Formats: sequence, C-alpha cells, structure tokens
Amino acid sequence: MNDTPTPDTGAPILRSVGLRKSFGSLDVLKGIDLDVKRGDRIAIIGGSGSGKSTLLRCLNFMERPTGGQVILDGERIGDARVAKDGSETITYRERDLMAVRKRVGMVFQQFNLFPHMSTVENVMEGLVTVLRRPKAEARERAAQELARVGLGDKLDVYPGRLSGGQQQRVAIARALAMDPEVLLFDEPTSSLDPELVGEVLRTILSLAEDGRTMLLVTHELGFAYRFATHVIYLSDGVVHETGTAEEVFRNPQRDKTRAFIARSSEFSL
Amino acid sequence: MQQYEWDFGAVLAYWPMLLQGLWGTVAISVLAIILGILGGGLVATLRMSRHTPLRVIGTIYVEFYRNTPGIVHFFWVYYALPVVANVNLGPLEAAIIALATQSSAFYAEVLRGGIQSIGKGQWEGATALGMSHTEALRRIIVPQAARRMVAPFVERSFEIIKTSSLASTLAYGELLYQGMQVASITYRPLETYTLLALIYFLLLYLLSSLAKLAEDRLQEV
Repeated sequence: MNDTPTPDTGAPILRSVGLRKSFGSLDVLKGIDLDVKRGDRIAIIGGSGSGKSTLLRCLNFMERPTGGQVILDGERIGDARVAKDGSETITYRERDLMAVRKRVGMVFQQFNLFPHMSTVENVMEGLVTVLRRPKAEARERAAQELARVGLGDKLDVYPGRLSGGQQQRVAIARALAMDPEVLLFDEPTSSLDPELVGEVLRTILSLAEDGRTMLLVTHELGFAYRFATHVIYLSDGVVHETGTAEEVFRNPQRDKTRAFIARSSEFSL
Repeated sequence: MQQYEWDFGAVLAYWPMLLQGLWGTVAISVLAIILGILGGGLVATLRMSRHTPLRVIGTIYVEFYRNTPGIVHFFWVYYALPVVANVNLGPLEAAIIALATQSSAFYAEVLRGGIQSIGKGQWEGATALGMSHTEALRRIIVPQAARRMVAPFVERSFEIIKTSSLASTLAYGELLYQGMQVASITYRPLETYTLLALIYFLLLYLLSSLAKLAEDRLQEV
C-alpha cells in the first residue's frame, strides 16, 4: 500500500473547461473551469440547485455535458465537430466513457450497492467484469479493501443486512478496489442517519492520508473544511468563489459566499 | 323433472382420445412458450431500444396483441395468412404461429416490466465501475429482474396453456377438440366437459406447484 502521498506533479490529472450542462431549457452548469491536480482534495459546496452534484456527475459522464470540455490526464474526452457557423458539438463514444470511468471512481449518495451480491462480491465485481482479474486475486483484493474500511468481518454478508453507514463504506471499498486516479463523492452522507455519518467521514478522511485525489460534494461544511485542500463554492451554475479551504472558509471574499458559510454553526461568528 | 344420471364410465372408455388431446395441448403449449420467450426477448429489445422507429414497431406489436382477442389471431393465421403469404398451413402450424406470436407480445411485457423495475441507481452503480451497457445488463440488472419476473412469467404461461384450447376451432387435436369428439360420440357432454375441466385443473395445478417451488428456490439466495 502506498503510504506516502503522491507528489504534486503540477500537471492537472482532471480538468474541465467551460463545462456546461442543460436539462431542456434549464441551464444547470454555465461554464465551469476546474483544475484537479494529483493529491488535491476538492470540496464542492453550494446551496441546493447550485449544480454541484451535476458538476461532479459530468466529470465521470453519469451526465453528458452539453458544452465545454473534460480533460483527463491531458486527453480531451469526446469527439468535437465544428459546424459551419463555428458552433461545436461533442459526441461521446461509449467506449471512451467506459475508459474514463475506470480511472475516475464514484461513491453515490444512495450507495447503489448490488443487492444480489454479497459484500465481497460487490467489491470484486469491477475487478472481475471490468478489469478481467482472476476471481481468486479479485477476492483477495476485495477483502483487503473491505478490511481497510473496517468491514473485514462482513465479507459474505448481503448489503440488505448492513447499516447505511456500513453500506456506504462497502461502496467506498468497491470504488477503491479499482484503484481510481480520481475518486468522486456525491453527497456520501446525505442519506445516512446522523449517528452513522461519523464512520463514513472518518473513512473518507483516512483516504486523504494516503494522498488520494478526491472531489467531494457535501452539505457538511465542517467536514469540508477538515477534508479539503481546495474549496469551490458554486452558485447558480457558476464558480462564485474558489480558493484553499482556509481562504474560502475563514476569509471569504464575496458576500454571497460569506452568507452561505455563516449558515453553518461552525463558521458563524 | 327427471333426474340426470351421471355416467363417467361411458366417457372414460375413450381415455386414449383424451390422453392424445392432453398430449396435443402440452405440445403446442411448450412450443408456443419456447418460441414466445425467444420472440418476447426480441420484442422487448425493440420496446426498450434507443432508436425511436424500433421502439414504435415494438409498441405497435404489443398493443396489437393486447387489444385483439386471441381467437381472431387463430382464424387470421389459419385462413388469411395462406392467402396473403401464399403458404399452406395445417392446423398445427397455424395454431403454433398464432399462439407463439401472441405469447411473444406478452412475454415481452414481462421482460420489459422486470428490467425497468430495477432502479436507475443500479445502472449507475454498474457503469460508474466502467461496465458497458451489456455488462451492466448481464451482471447487475437481469439477475435482479429475473427474480421479479418469475411470478408474471408463470401467470402468462398459464394463460397460454388455457388459450391453446382455441386451437380446437382449427380442428387441431388438443384436449378441448378431442373432448368435443368424445362428447359427440358418447352423447355425454356434461361428463366430458366436467372431466376436461378436471384435467386442465390438475395440469395447471401441478405446474403451479412446481413453479412455486422454483420461485422459492430463487428467493432464498
């Protein structure tokens, strides 16, 4: 296991340039520029409807962006076609999106574990079906990942028998088993009972110690502050303010950011 | 009023004819179910296609069979299809075509209903790992959907077995047709149809017990 954080090589592993997403006539993302370097931990915060989950979901193409670019490790995703009037449309090939998703993992608000598979089978699934690893090797790897999230004694239990917090830790182990270069968390504690939030947050923080590159959408501002190297405050589909966690939480520059941050008891004066 | 004297013995004397009919019923039902599952898979694929024209074709197919009576299909295949397609169809072929095309529509709906009952989150959980659409379907969606499809699948298969009695109208020798023959030979329609009901009942009851057993097996996992 890699105990030393990966050094920041400077070049971003994941970028978005002018990223836009509309649902019908509703413009949810209005041109988002984002740079994620290796080892970065970015918290995306903002009110509901600000587009923060949509932004995250566009980065691994759970949603297809309607404009702009996503660039993974220097490589632009999708095939751009420029029309006569200069407008650009991008088409995405399923094969390319699959390749992105192998490298950019995701943990969902609703866990999305596979209920017909045991815990260890859930974690093995990507290794066996996507990465074509032999079953025995995959099982060993899955057991390691489950032990890492504190569920080494639950290998053969079905998700239905686990608490929400345990299910989310299995989902984290499932994503980790693929050894993604970037890991996305979409409100990972929002559907949990309050007493189960802590175990999931501790698991996520432990990944930070390994130097893993992560993006997190969350309502838990206190946690975002402890977790993040950088913070993005989204409002109405644009990046309203961005900076280090210290800058955005302790010294926000804009009124709207200040008002949003102050809603959390941890940061109100 | 004169007391009716029941005499099952007269009818039972013709048991080889009834047995032959039972065989006829089982044969066309089994064939229709197998062809119906294959056809149903195809129609369900059309129904869930990303391409609108294919989806429309699938929908028209299903709606046609859902909104027209089974006996019309039997007559049409037997009398009209030979004229339209210039082919010669015996009662057996016509009955199987009618029954299989109809069951394709119904099985398609069972398959579609099962697959669409699996939430979007399962698709996302699978594709987020890097699975293709087909891999997600095979590994994640279908295994879960299959459990939910057992009960409606069995229900539909029973409908098909009962609908197979319409083949009697084409003079195909299944259970009902053979019963009609026995009734007219013996002049004992009350006994004959009572016996037919009992045979159908036992056949379906036996099958539903087997289906229940299979279903319990599947749910245990």
